[in-house]
Amino acid sequence: MLNYVLRRVAIAIPTILLLVVISFVLMYSAPGGPFNSERPLPAQVMANIEARYGLDQPYWKQMFDYVWNVVVHFDFGPSFQYRDRTVNDVIAQGFPVTLTYGFWSFVVALVVGVSLGVAAAVRHNSWLDYLAVGISIGAQVLPNFVMAPILVLVFTLWLGWLPGGGWQGGQVEYIILPVIALSTSYMASIARITRSSMLEVLNAGFIRTARAKGLPTSRIIWKHALKPTMLPVLSYLGPAFVGMITGSVIIDVFFSTGGIGQFFVNSAFNRDYSVIMGITILVGVLTVTFNLVVDLLYAWIDPKIRY
Amino acid sequence: MSLNPDPDTADRLLGAQAAAEVKGRSLWKDARQRFMRNRAAVAGLVALVLICIFAFFGGFLAQYEPDYVDFSLIGANAAQGVPSFETGHYFGTDSSGRDLYARTVQGTRISLLVGIVGAGVAVIVGTLYGAIAGYTGGRTDGAMMRTVDILMSVPYMFVLILMLVIFGRSILMLFIGIGLISWLDMSRIARGQTLTIKGKEFVEAAHATGVRPMTIILRHIVPNLLGLVIVYATLLVPQMIITESFISFLGLGIQEPNTSLGALISNGASNMQYGVIWQLAFPLFFFVVTLFAFFFVGDGLRDALDPKDR
Repeated sequence: MLNYVLRRVAIAIPTILLLVVISFVLMYSAPGGPFNSERPLPAQVMANIEARYGLDQPYWKQMFDYVWNVVVHFDFGPSFQYRDRTVNDVIAQGFPVTLTYGFWSFVVALVVGVSLGVAAAVRHNSWLDYLAVGISIGAQVLPNFVMAPILVLVFTLWLGWLPGGGWQGGQVEYIILPVIALSTSYMASIARITRSSMLEVLNAGFIRTARAKGLPTSRIIWKHALKPTMLPVLSYLGPAFVGMITGSVIIDVFFSTGGIGQFFVNSAFNRDYSVIMGITILVGVLTVTFNLVVDLLYAWIDPKIRY
Repeated sequence: MSLNPDPDTADRLLGAQAAAEVKGRSLWKDARQRFMRNRAAVAGLVALVLICIFAFFGGFLAQYEPDYVDFSLIGANAAQGVPSFETGHYFGTDSSGRDLYARTVQGTRISLLVGIVGAGVAVIVGTLYGAIAGYTGGRTDGAMMRTVDILMSVPYMFVLILMLVIFGRSILMLFIGIGLISWLDMSRIARGQTLTIKGKEFVEAAHATGVRPMTIILRHIVPNLLGLVIVYATLLVPQMIITESFISFLGLGIQEPNTSLGALISNGASNMQYGVIWQLAFPLFFFVVTLFAFFFVGDGLRDALDPKDR
């Protein structure tokens, strides 16, 4: 087990380093600097600015400084567009917002998806089953950027129940639509995986034994069938997490929630390289860490897995 | 069945069996029959053909060029620019006074192209990569698949946007960016299948007669991967379309005057509060139908070709 953990960590660390280096190389090879504008700056001013941001250093020195600052000090450097802000400020401002609705989306997708899948499998071939299958097929073609406009159209413009954007410090009515838009397609996938996994488990010998013993159905489902059912679901949580982080870009832009996604897209339009890189690296670290945790959990829960 | 079947029936059964043997059925014919029996898949295929016809020939029906701006219809509201046959704007106009029908045709075409190119790259690169890794085995295999593992855990959407920002936003860049990530899954699938094929007698026979490894891979392994590869390629196309639309929805993908379904949905979504619901409805309809069609066809192909479910 310890060996497995070490090996997984040994893959995770170069992945993150590679990401940092790739983003740096991409940024460095960009044509034109961040301070090139239509009206050229006087040479002395340009030199001062470049010295301020360390752009006058040789290539390898810049790369080394950047990687060193990121890895050792968690410092992503100054923003190239906003003189009064560092990338860390941007992340500190946006990340809590993304984390809030991201967390709720994750919870909703998991709880609703698993419940729906279990219900569908237990009542196999009933209307509930067909409903669950219908939802999970339908939601495949409703990624977050399709769900978001539809939700706003229905709940904001037609019914007028919920605000169509904004954050307001995270009040409940501002969180509901982003969470639904972000979680729907993952909820559907989790429901589909849970259903087929549960159907398989319910046919297994140990469930028949439990039934033969005369255990009540609810006890069989919750006590015996749920744990093996959750294994494939668990392995889907990694991709779902990545998808939700990526999807948060759409949510932030469409609902103006002010999370890191909004800063990311604004910086993409402004060519604010340091912010784009900082967010990319942050997301990459989160992704790698989360996948690592899921893999370790998986190895811990499933005794059959080889490591 | 009675215990002693009369000789006539037995003869007839033997005759039928002989006839069936004479006819013979290839693997592909078998698969086609299974596919045709799946109603959802056939419906998906029909929808897909119609959408392709719409995307590649629908332009001939348009009364306007996709980039023609009708200045009197700029900022079309609920009363102006409504879809109608009289004005020739079948789908109405967009907020810049352009014909939405022509724009939707163009957007559908570009979305389909992105999907197909992405899947094409995945098929060629992913299959070869996976087959080579699987067939070679050992350290090479380990190194090649670890590389894929590492690339897969990179948040590619962010890196893709980073690339688009740095190298400029163009269709070519979009193709390259999507092609770069699309083959990863395919290579894993191809490798897994190669590992099972590798142990078969015909590969051993080829090896024993001194066929070079690359020839074995190309002539004996890749053709046997084809069924699986086709299935996943079909399911990959909608993923690629979603990826492209995601980026175009943010305004970072396709650039004017070109458009894609994602960009059109984005435009429609930002104008929907002005009562111009058709700007959202038509692109959304084509987006959803295209994805549905690909998913159904892919599922049907999987049932028809995937040997696991037989």
